Amino acid sequence: MTATVRPDALQERILEDFPILRKPTSRGKRLVYLDSAATSQKPQSVIDSLVTYYSEYNANIHRGVYEIAERATTAFEEARGKVARFINAAGDAEIIWTRNSTEAINLVSYTWGSLNLRRGDAILTTQVEHHSNLVPWQLLAERTGAQLRFIPVDGQGVHVLDDLDRLLDGVKLLALSHVSNTLGTIAPLEMLTKRAHAAGALVLVDAAQSVPHMQVDVRKLDIDFLAASGHKMLGPTGIGFLYGKRALLESMPPFLTGGDMIRRVEYTHTEYNELPWKFEAGTSNVADAIGLGAAVDYLSRIGMDWVRTHEIALTSYALERLTELKRRGLVVYGPLPAEKRAGVISFNLGDVHAHDVASILDTDGVCVRAGHHCTMPLMEKMGWPATARASFYVYNTEADVDALIAALHKAADIFKLAK
Amino acid sequence: MDDFYKEYILEHYREPHNFGHLDDATATFEDLNPLCGDRIRFELKVNPNGVVEDVRFSGRGCAISQASASMLTDSIKGMRVEDVAKLDKQVVLDNVGIGISPARMKCATLGLKVARSAALGEIAGWPDEDAS
Repeated sequence: MTATVRPDALQERILEDFPILRKPTSRGKRLVYLDSAATSQKPQSVIDSLVTYYSEYNANIHRGVYEIAERATTAFEEARGKVARFINAAGDAEIIWTRNSTEAINLVSYTWGSLNLRRGDAILTTQVEHHSNLVPWQLLAERTGAQLRFIPVDGQGVHVLDDLDRLLDGVKLLALSHVSNTLGTIAPLEMLTKRAHAAGALVLVDAAQSVPHMQVDVRKLDIDFLAASGHKMLGPTGIGFLYGKRALLESMPPFLTGGDMIRRVEYTHTEYNELPWKFEAGTSNVADAIGLGAAVDYLSRIGMDWVRTHEIALTSYALERLTELKRRGLVVYGPLPAEKRAGVISFNLGDVHAHDVASILDTDGVCVRAGHHCTMPLMEKMGWPATARASFYVYNTEADVDALIAALHKAADIFKLAK
Repeated sequence: MDDFYKEYILEHYREPHNFGHLDDATATFEDLNPLCGDRIRFELKVNPNGVVEDVRFSGRGCAISQASASMLTDSIKGMRVEDVAKLDKQVVLDNVGIGISPARMKCATLGLKVARSAALGEIAGWPDEDAS
């Protein structure tokens, strides 16, 4: 074995922080959670932050003058600041709370997109996008008459850039995922952003699969918009955020309207609130924003360099161990070596359908995703009816990979694949 | 769940019965399970007396969806088309002979759903002057 993941002291401590990992499955197996690309598990500090809010200072924000309301407002806005610093935004006002990445992308599509796109313009995306970064642009194209174009990917899911100049001609927005949720491919973001800007286009990054797993610096990368989900980065469900450059956010009309996003309302006219609240109509998801702040604290304590190094080592170990199943018909998809991808491995085992693989793995407590991973056009293009997908995070270990390999041998045995 | 992957299920998965197409089908229907992308098509040949004379299915999916569709073709051959339209999931459970978890029930019943729709289409389009 060239790559090994020695459980160091930090990793031992991390394992103790996730209560769900200590709870055996209904079959009495150790939980081997390999589906963090779908949603991550939560450390005790995040769970505690929710319990503390609800049991000690639950109150509505931006309104109350009493002590717990002020405490709630402060915690809510501090969480925004934590997220801003985590991705190196220029200011807290550039972070808009949303339910998830999907809502953040829709916000841009409905506000900036509807205002700026016309017939004759083009939106450029890629062939690996999650439905969340595809359907909003299909609808924007329908609403405005703009054209939707795609950067192609090769058989490993790697972007093919030979035709980029032509593809960028007339493009107003390049919308792409930083990391593919299906294949783990990492887009060459810095270069693509430079080329897009040179062609006069803005860049929106779906960072749902990258912000949780690697350092993302929006100013260094010069990204215009970035969308991410809290639940994939150790935070609660129901909270995510949009980053936007201040001048762009200032120029955009509001998305949802109502309370909290206003400065002054008359019967027939409304003045909007300033950033970021202009985009946050109604009572916000206070508890989960605070929970996401706690998740960012947790990731910052570990350090994103450790997270990325850990995931490369684990992915590398998994790819190496998976080769022993080659003779039983296992095929791994996506780019190689491990450094070229995030901690995501899609695969198929012989003629066994991915759902059957996942069902058999589940009997040993091994949780993997099976299906099209919300990337139906990519699956169709590649000719895969479905794949199984294992994905890693801070709490996964070499022992989890070993459990995956053993369970895959069991699936191969049940389906009588060659020994 | 270990019990599910019995010998006869795997046999139906690897060598499904009545797999393919009919040149003289009188009713066809195709559907997919949008959650997993599994796809199944049923083609029925119903004779003038309303009996399913022949049947084929095609498509792709997991062992559970493919084996239950395969077994279902054996069940409905020779049945009256009205009876096929009225089948419920019990026929699938009886055929596979083992428990199915809620998460996989959609896989197991996809073929049934498609076969029923094909039968309903046949009934709706039946040029029968006695039909009321």
